[in-house]
This record gives sequence, structure tokens and C-alpha cells, in this order.
Amino acid sequence: MTNKQMTSSETEQTDDQQPNPTPGTDSLADRGTDIGVETSSRDDPATVPDRTIIESRDLDVYYGDDQALNGISMEIPEQQVTALIGPSGCGKSTFLRSINRMNDLIDIARVDGELFFREKDVYDDDVDPVALRRRIGMVFQSPNPFPKSIYDNVAYGLRVQGQDDNLDEKVHTALERAALLDEVEDQLDSSGLDLSGGQQQRLCIARAIAPDPEVILMDEPASALDPVATSKIEDLIEDLAEEYTVIIVTHNMQQAARISDKTAVFLTGGNLVEFDDTTKIFENPESDRVEDYITGKFG
Amino acid sequence: MAADTQEASVDSGFGQISRTKDVAFRLLALAATLIGIVSLAALLLNVAVDAVGWLDWGFLTNPPHPNPNNAGFLPALVGSIAIMIMIALVTFPLGVGAAIYLEEYASDGYLTRFIQLNIANLAGVPSVVYGLLGLGLFVGLFNIGYGSVLAAAFTVALLILPIVIISAQEAIRSVPDSQRQASYGMGATKWQTIRNVVLPRAMPGIMTGTILALGRAIGETAPLIMIAAPTTVFGVPNSLLSKVSAMPLQIYNWASYPQTEFQYGVVAAGVVTLLVILLTINSVAIIIRNRYQQRT
Repeated sequence: MTNKQMTSSETEQTDDQQPNPTPGTDSLADRGTDIGVETSSRDDPATVPDRTIIESRDLDVYYGDDQALNGISMEIPEQQVTALIGPSGCGKSTFLRSINRMNDLIDIARVDGELFFREKDVYDDDVDPVALRRRIGMVFQSPNPFPKSIYDNVAYGLRVQGQDDNLDEKVHTALERAALLDEVEDQLDSSGLDLSGGQQQRLCIARAIAPDPEVILMDEPASALDPVATSKIEDLIEDLAEEYTVIIVTHNMQQAARISDKTAVFLTGGNLVEFDDTTKIFENPESDRVEDYITGKFG
Repeated sequence: MAADTQEASVDSGFGQISRTKDVAFRLLALAATLIGIVSLAALLLNVAVDAVGWLDWGFLTNPPHPNPNNAGFLPALVGSIAIMIMIALVTFPLGVGAAIYLEEYASDGYLTRFIQLNIANLAGVPSVVYGLLGLGLFVGLFNIGYGSVLAAAFTVALLILPIVIISAQEAIRSVPDSQRQASYGMGATKWQTIRNVVLPRAMPGIMTGTILALGRAIGETAPLIMIAAPTTVFGVPNSLLSKVSAMPLQIYNWASYPQTEFQYGVVAAGVVTLLVILLTINSVAIIIRNRYQQRT
């Protein structure tokens, strides 16, 4: 890879460290929320590796007359980190947001094709998008904590989802998993907005994982952060993949190479050009266009 | 010219550039500002001077009296406050409810735009027209009673409702969309999002808008005349259906008396009282807004 695409945030870690794909212990067994999707039994470790959790078939998304995604078909494995990369406007964020039906909030968005979450098409009429989002958490591009206390931020999802038993314990666990507890333990009552940008983003991650979702979607979670905060978020993502399926959109190819197991490359026009193991994509891609993009000749 | 590094022309390098228009415009703008402020200050001063000797505790606690030395403002003062409270109780839920519907629920179709346009138009309808509506609707159709507290409150509430809706909509719209996204992304329903995220953040703006609208309502005279509110009542209203007068009506009434003591002293005392209450209401709105701005 050329230095051209390496931002200062990446100079500290240049080796392509792959997260360990070994499945973590199962603390996520059955979810209370029922969207009509059969919950997998993660108790059996043998079923975990490479098991598909999300699969899209010929997924098209339109905003009004503009087509943002064009026939996307991919199978996303459980408990791994899948990176979606590509130039601006290529549809990677749109794909991410179609998984938990956040696109429903945009009046003019329209979805064709199928998108399965645990073998259930999430666009079926009997799927409640609110229930779906309770099983698929999301972290956004710029940190967006609520103007509430740190505690109330983390407890937000638990409260709206009615999981408010043992609230203190769950909030502490989520902050611990998000590697934020040590920094904020004494100020849980102060506003989430008083934290630094990187801390705010880890607070948002704690908020997303507190209700124990099965999948975490991240839309360029480190793009608004400085290098130190970015590397903390990256370490955190690798840890999270031990328990959760993480799907991350990133502009930063080095980041994708460092933290992901699988990489999907979207290029202009909402097309998925290549989807494979991250090592394969970065070392020996099939498509010349992907190679050009990875090496910085285009995009 | 140390601060000015612009070149005047190719020839002279850093020469002086004419400021005639700059200075002229500056003076023009200053004059425009002063005309407004000076005339307002003169008016206030004039009224305040006239009110000296008339605005006292007896004026605030007595009923009206044919003798200017005994004239009091109490029934109109209490009447205005009672009407204000009823207006607030009616417009706040209706205005905020309509604003939430238009901003959070209604899709951006022709009907929504039509409603939106009409709300903006209604905000500009002259108050006397609302008086006519109140007379026909509340006094005529619902038979609430000529000049009663309720009829007056409902009529003026209709008048300021469009203003409350529009300002509440602006407050709701100013809540960043990323906050809603964060909430929906956590699996919150629409109502949970509105209740926990949108309304708490929009509330100071909604309160400010509502209070400023109430400030407009307190000075309204024409709609009260239209629903036949008496210009002078001698007793404090004791029920929502009592006949009621309001401060601007009472002032209007005194101004038509032949005695100069009424035309100057008593009227001025009433005007000062009205202005003090109005400015108090506006100050509360400003304090709420400032407190909100400090927090975010």
C-alpha cells in the first residue's frame, strides 16, 4: 500500500493485525425481543464460525429516482468484523442502514430485493423495524450522545426496550466493555457532552451494546476522531467481535485491513465489486478496479 | 492605514481609499436606530411622568370609580391575568401537539404543505377578524356568554395559536436529526423518541415562543370588544363565566372620559402597569432562552 492513503492515525500500527476469529463465550443466548426471527442457539460453539447471520439477495435501494444500491448480494458471517469500503457516494452507508431499516426513516427511500437476518427477510410485512433495531445496534459517524448524564445515555436503550432490571449492573458492564468505565466511573452523573470526542464515541458504543444486541453496525465510527482515539476505537472493535457481529463502514482502507475479517468493496453506482476475506482483498484482489482503488490509483 | 493592506490602484500602491459612502451609511444606520429608540424612550418617559402620583397601591387594589382620585385597576388586572392563564392552558397543549404532528408525524405531502401555508397565513389575520370568529363560535354557537373569561380566552387563544405552533415547530426542527437517529437506532419507538429526546431539547424554545405569544395576547383589545367584553367591570371575576374586562379595554375606556385627570394620570398609570407586566413576561422568556443556551 502506498503512503498516500495512510493518514497520520495509522502510522502507529502498520502491521495488518487480524482479530482472532475464535468465538467468544456465549452471553447472548436468547433475546427477549421477538421479530418473528428464529434466534440462533449460540450455545453450540461448533455452529459459530462462518455461520451467516445477514444475507442480502439482489438488494436495490432507491432515493426517489436515484438508485443508491444496485443488486447487492452478500453473506455476512456471524461474530466477525466485516468492513464495507469504497469511495464517497458508493452506497456503503446505505447498505449498512438498510440492515436495521434506518432507511425507513427517509420518506423517499425504497428497497427492493431481500435482506435476511437469521434467515428472516427483515423487509417482510410482519417484521417490526423497531423490534429489529433492538437486536441490531448502531453507532454513527459523529458521536451523538444525548444531552443527558453518562449513566442515562448508557441506560437509554435498556429503558426504551423495557430491560430496566439490574440497570446499574448493566450500565457498568456496558461501560466496561466499551473500555470507558475507568475514565468515567466517578462522573456517571455528569453530562455525556462533557466528554472528549473519543470518549463520546465510546459512550455511544456502550449505549449501543448495553441492551446486548446481536449485531453492531458502525458507520465510520472513527472518522471524526483523532489518531489516539481512533486506535482505542479500533482495539475496542476487535474485542467486541469476540461476542458480537460487527459491520463497519470506513473510508480508511488501513483501518479496514487492520480490524476486519471480511471486506466488501463498493464502487461508484452502488455496486458491490468484490467481497472476500480481508487478506485476499488487500493482497490479491480479483478485480482490477478494486486493486486500483486499494492502491490509491482511483477513488 | 496599517490595518488596510488593500491596494487602491496599480499606480499608488497603498494609497488612501475613499470612505465617504462607508461613513454616510454608518450615519444613516445610526439615525435609523436612534429614531426608533429615542421615540420609544420619549413615549415611555412621557407616560411614566404622567403616571406619577396616580400609580399607587390604591390604584392596583381598588375597583374603577367615577372620581379619578379613587379610580382603581384591580378588576381589569385580575381579568387580564385570568384570561392569560386560560390562554396558556389552551394554546400550550394544542400548539405543541400540532407542531409535533406537523414536524414528526406528517409526511411531506400536499396536504401538509397546505396546512403549513394556512397556519402561516392565519398568523397574519387581523385580530378583529378573530374577534368576529369568537363572537360567532364561542358566544353564538357554544353560548359561553358575552364577554366571559372563557369566551375571551378562547378567542384570543385562537389568535395566538398559529404563532405558538410556528415557534414550537421551529424549536422541534432545531433538534439535531442525529439525536433522533441515535434514539431510533436504539430501537426506540416514535413516541419514546419524541418524549425522551425531541421534547426535552425543544422545550425551552417552545416555552420562549409561547410566552412571547402570550405577551402579544395581553395587549389585544379588538377581539375582546368584538365578543362584547365590558370595558369596565367593578368586581373581580369570580368564575370562568363571569363578565370580564382586561387592562387594555379599561385603559381605552378611561381615555374616553372627559376629565383630564383620567385622560392623562389614570390612563398613564394603567399603561405603566400593563407595560410592566408585559416586560416581565418577556424577561421570563429571555431568561429561559439564556439558560437553555448555556446548557448546550
